[in-house]
Amino acid sequence: MGKGLFKKAHFRIAGDCGLLVEYGDAIHPDVNHKVRSMGIILEKEIPKGVVEIIPTYRSILIFYDPFITTPGLLKQILIEQEKRLPEIKIPPPKLVEIPVCYGGAFGPDMDFVASVHGINEADVIRFHSEADYLIYMVGFTPGFPFLGGLPDILHTPRLETPRTMVPAGSVGIANAQTGIYPVSSPGGWRIIGRTPIRLFDPNRKNPILYQAGDIIRFRAITEKEYQQLFTAETG
Amino acid sequence: MDIFNVITPGPYLTVQDRGRFGYQKMGIPISGALDSHAFHLANALVGNPPDSAALEITILGPRLEILSETDIALTGAEMKMALNGNPAKCWESMRVRPGDILDIGQAKSGCRGYLAVGGGIDVPEIMGSRSTYAGGKLGGFQGRPLKKGDVIQNGRKNLLTRPRRLAYSDIPKYLTEVHIRAIPGPQDDFFDTGIRILFHSSFLVTAKADRMGYRLQGPLVSLKEGMPKSIISEPAVPGSIQIPADLQPIILLLEQTVGGYAKIATVISSDLSKIAQATPGDAIRFEPVSLEAAHMLHREEFHRLQTIISLLSSR
Repeated sequence: MGKGLFKKAHFRIAGDCGLLVEYGDAIHPDVNHKVRSMGIILEKEIPKGVVEIIPTYRSILIFYDPFITTPGLLKQILIEQEKRLPEIKIPPPKLVEIPVCYGGAFGPDMDFVASVHGINEADVIRFHSEADYLIYMVGFTPGFPFLGGLPDILHTPRLETPRTMVPAGSVGIANAQTGIYPVSSPGGWRIIGRTPIRLFDPNRKNPILYQAGDIIRFRAITEKEYQQLFTAETG
Repeated sequence: MDIFNVITPGPYLTVQDRGRFGYQKMGIPISGALDSHAFHLANALVGNPPDSAALEITILGPRLEILSETDIALTGAEMKMALNGNPAKCWESMRVRPGDILDIGQAKSGCRGYLAVGGGIDVPEIMGSRSTYAGGKLGGFQGRPLKKGDVIQNGRKNLLTRPRRLAYSDIPKYLTEVHIRAIPGPQDDFFDTGIRILFHSSFLVTAKADRMGYRLQGPLVSLKEGMPKSIISEPAVPGSIQIPADLQPIILLLEQTVGGYAKIATVISSDLSKIAQATPGDAIRFEPVSLEAAHMLHREEFHRLQTIISLLSSR
C-alpha cells in the first residue's frame, strides 16, 4: 500500500448536491494515481444522476442531481467500482511538453529565485526543465495546473504581496509547487518564465491541453522561438 | 436583434443564465445567476424558456436605451424603475419600444436584480452556457461586465399576447436579517465548539461579498485543538462555508472551484438565493438541517417554482 492511501474510501457530505470521496490524506503520486484511476472508471460509465466528476489531489468531488440519485446509492456504486479497479486497464498518463522562455521580462522573479538558493539562472532553468511534473489538480482559474515534483532546490515561498495581474502563460513557483497561469489573473507565485502556448481556449474542442493525472515537462526556448510560437498560436 | 444600448451600466452588470456545468475539473466554475429563483421568474414573466439568459444587476441598476419592441421584466432586489421617467413596476412584464429609456435605480432591499427580455439576451454560447465568468474572461458579453456604449442583442420571440404579473404573495421579501439553513460538513469533524458558535451566533455580511463568495464577520469559529489550519486543496460546492486562518466564515458561491480550508457546513441549494440578496451590513444566522431535510426542501422549492411558472404561462 502506497504512502497516505486509505484502506477504505472516506465519504463526506458536501451539501445537498455534492459527495466528496477521499482516497488518502497526503499529496503523493500513489494517492493521486488512485484518484485518477477512479476518475477514469467513473467517466467511462457515468452513474445515473451524476452531473460532474472533479478529481483533485486526493479526492473526487461528485455533483449529483438529488431528483435522480442519492449519496447512499452513489456510495454503493463507488465501492463496487473500486473493487473492479485491479481488473481494469488504466491508460498511462499523457505527457505534455510546454515550451518556456525563462527569465528576462517573462520571468521577473528569476533573479530572486536564483539568488535565494545561491545558484545562477542557468541552474534554475536546468532544474526546472529536467523534472517531470504530475498534474495533481486543475483549478483556481481555467486550466491552471497544480504541479508536484518540483526539485527541492527550487522550493521558494510565494510573494508577500500578490501581483494584481500576472500575464497569461506565466510559469511560477509557490513553495513545493510549480504551475502555469493559463489566463491573466492576480497571483502570488514567483514568476520565472512564460510559455507562448495558449493553454486555455474555450472555443477549442479541447479547451485545455491536459487533465489532472497527466504529466507536464517544460522545455527551455529562446525569446526568438517564443515569438515564433506565439505568432503561430495567435495567427 | 439589437435590444439595449447601455447608457450607464451601474457598478456590475453581467449576462447570466442557469450556469455552465461539466467544466469544473478544468477549473471553470459554474457561474450563472446568483439568485436562481428570481432569475427563473424573470424569464417566466416574459415567456422565455428557463435556459434563456438575462441581465444580473448588482446594487444599482443601469440606464438603457431600448432599440426594438419587446417585453421585459425586472425581478429580484427591490429597485425603483422608470420607463421614460414614469414609474414602472417590478415582478411583471412590460412592453417597451424603440427610443424608450429604462432607468433602474438603487436597491432598497435585496442586492441583485434580474432583467429578462423576450427571446433572452443573445450572446454566443461558450461551453454550453451564456453566463459571464469575468475571472476567466469568458462567456456573457465578451467575457466581461457591460460598459457604456455596449449594444446587446436578444433572441427572436413573439410578443406576449397579454401581460404577466406575479401574485403579490409570491414576491420574496428580502430581510436584513437572513435565516440560512446548512448541512454540517464536509469537514465538520475539524470543529467541536466551532459548530455551536456557527449555529448559535449572528454574522455580519462584510463589504467583501461578491459572486465568488461572501466574507462574514462575527465570533471566531475555532477549529478543534490540534487541527491543521488548512487542508489539501479540494473543489468546493456553491454554498460551502469555509473557515480560513482568521476563523471568520466565507460562503463560497458560483465563481470559485477550489478551496484550501476546512468547510464546516454547506448552505442548502434552496437558500443560496437568499445569500445572493444579502448586502454588506445584513446579519446572517445559520440553522443546521439534515441531508434528508435539505433534499425535501430542494424538491419543495422546485415544485413551488414550477407551480408559479405554470400559473404565469396559463393565464
